Amino acid sequence: MKILTCPLNGPRPVSEFFYWGEVRPMPNPAAASDDEWADYVFNRNGAPGVKREWWCHTPSNTWFIAERDTEKDVVLKTYFYTGEE
Amino acid sequence: MPWRLLRFALNKKHPEPRMFTYHEKLKSSYDVVIIGAGGHGLAAAYYLARDHGITNVCVLEKGYIGGGNTGRNTTIIRSNYLTPEGVKFYDESVKLWQDLSTDFDLNLFYANRGHFTLAHTDSALRTMRWRAEVNKHYGVNSEVVGPEVVKEAAPMIDLSCAGHSPILGALYHAPGSVARHDAVAWGYGRGADQRGVEIHQQTEVLGIDVQGGKVKGVKTSRGYIATNKVLCAVAGSTPRILKMVDVKTPLYIHPLQAMVSEPVKPWLDPILVSGSLHVYISQSARGELVMGASLDPYELHGTRSTLDFVEGLSTHMLEMFPFLSNVKVMRQWAGMADMTPDFAPIMGMTPVEGFYLDSGWGTWGFKATPVCGKTMSHTVVNDAPHPLITGFSLDRFRNFALTGEKGAASVGH
Ligand SMILES: Cc1cc2nc3c(=O)[nH]c(=O)nc-3n(C[C@H](O)[C@H](O)[C@H](O)COP(=O)(O)OP(=O)(O)OC[C@H]3O[C@@H](n4cnc5c(N)ncnc54)[C@H](O)[C@@H]3O)c2cc1C
Repeated sequence: MKILTCPLNGPRPVSEFFYWGEVRPMPNPAAASDDEWADYVFNRNGAPGVKREWWCHTPSNTWFIAERDTEKDVVLKTYFYTGEE
Repeated sequence: MPWRLLRFALNKKHPEPRMFTYHEKLKSSYDVVIIGAGGHGLAAAYYLARDHGITNVCVLEKGYIGGGNTGRNTTIIRSNYLTPEGVKFYDESVKLWQDLSTDFDLNLFYANRGHFTLAHTDSALRTMRWRAEVNKHYGVNSEVVGPEVVKEAAPMIDLSCAGHSPILGALYHAPGSVARHDAVAWGYGRGADQRGVEIHQQTEVLGIDVQGGKVKGVKTSRGYIATNKVLCAVAGSTPRILKMVDVKTPLYIHPLQAMVSEPVKPWLDPILVSGSLHVYISQSARGELVMGASLDPYELHGTRSTLDFVEGLSTHMLEMFPFLSNVKVMRQWAGMADMTPDFAPIMGMTPVEGFYLDSGWGTWGFKATPVCGKTMSHTVVNDAPHPLITGFSLDRFRNFALTGEKGAASVGH
């Protein structure tokens, strides 16, 4: 991957983007047990696969989601977050 | 060539001794199965056999010996870390390195060069004073020095770094060294092999048989093996193995790249690291400049290398050493670094009985090869963590008790 398609600005060099990890639902901090909270804060799905990830186009501060195969480094699609899981 | 010499060479009675025994078949069971024939796995096998007399052991390797991060790293050895747990652990490793060549009867080209971590900002200098004090407290040779000492050790350096990041001082660590990486794997491997350990290359672990929370066996590309103890030492492949045993960890994988230049006359004795410019350099015995930077910016389970990396690294290297502008880059490559949030490893026991983990070695685990072998073999034999690794246990995350090593490990591997 050398070019990433920003949903707002179109295809741009990957050096303009910032990676912020996999999209993960946050447990309710008020209700979660210490173990659930530690799991959310620290643990990651480290194995390769197709993942939904947060990316940001830094010059325009545009946050969006990329679906990427982390073994082949191929981006399947990019789109804005809609709040629906 | 004299005729007699040729006849000698072709005579089957005097075969060239092989470094490793080839085993046609896997046995149906072993006392201990080690996954990964990198330095760490082979060192553990070596100490299991040498110090604990356990030789019914096999090391399974999906590729070839030392073909993972062991053979891809830039071989910096040092112990000037930040946390007491780290300093004690790496110091033990540096001590073990000293007589490894003799132990193996194999030249590891261990070269004591001295190691400078350059400070370009006041805050960097502050961290270095902190590190120096922790280091000295544990008897590790480490001190903060001024820019003139850096200049004396590396006269070709531009102390102003092209005018925009002047060097204010450095953390100097006299024991800093480099060694021949493949030879380390070969030495441990041969030593283990001679004591009866079986090393199986081209043998991939495909699954782990866990019943009632206990390890029962291992599924490999060459058949099933029964065992009660599995040591996982696969660096960048650790999350894949953890999936097989259903253990959750904070490990994440980013590539780390490095490159070497064409060989040039010796001009650089010490190892230099700049945290602010995100680069480091040393000169190998062959004259190549071995250079690296910090992690790639996003997760990837592959070992591709990029032009971005060479451009970025070269730009900063030229700020430090402008005279290198005509030197050519010869090779570049990458390894998969198994990173942790606190830049300390994850070692020891796991929730699965009989499954031991030596991981989280990210960009800094080559120097720890000897001490990891020592402490992991102890842990496997006693079914309890070695005292030197209790600060690196997996449950430190659940207990919110991290071992914050970032200040000493993020660029200077
Ligand atoms: C570019 C780079 C520079 C570095 N620089 C330094 C440095 O200067 N100093 C330092 O101390 N550290 C450095 N490191 C880190 C260091 O290289 C590693 O932490 C260390 O080598 C890890 O050794 P290992 O034996 O645990 O893993 P590896 O050497 O990676 O061995 C793991 C082995 O497991 C095998 N394997 C994986 N999956 C399976 C499976 N399913 N079945 C069977 N076998 C499997 C792999 O093929 C591999 O051979 C650097 C790393 C990189 C990438």
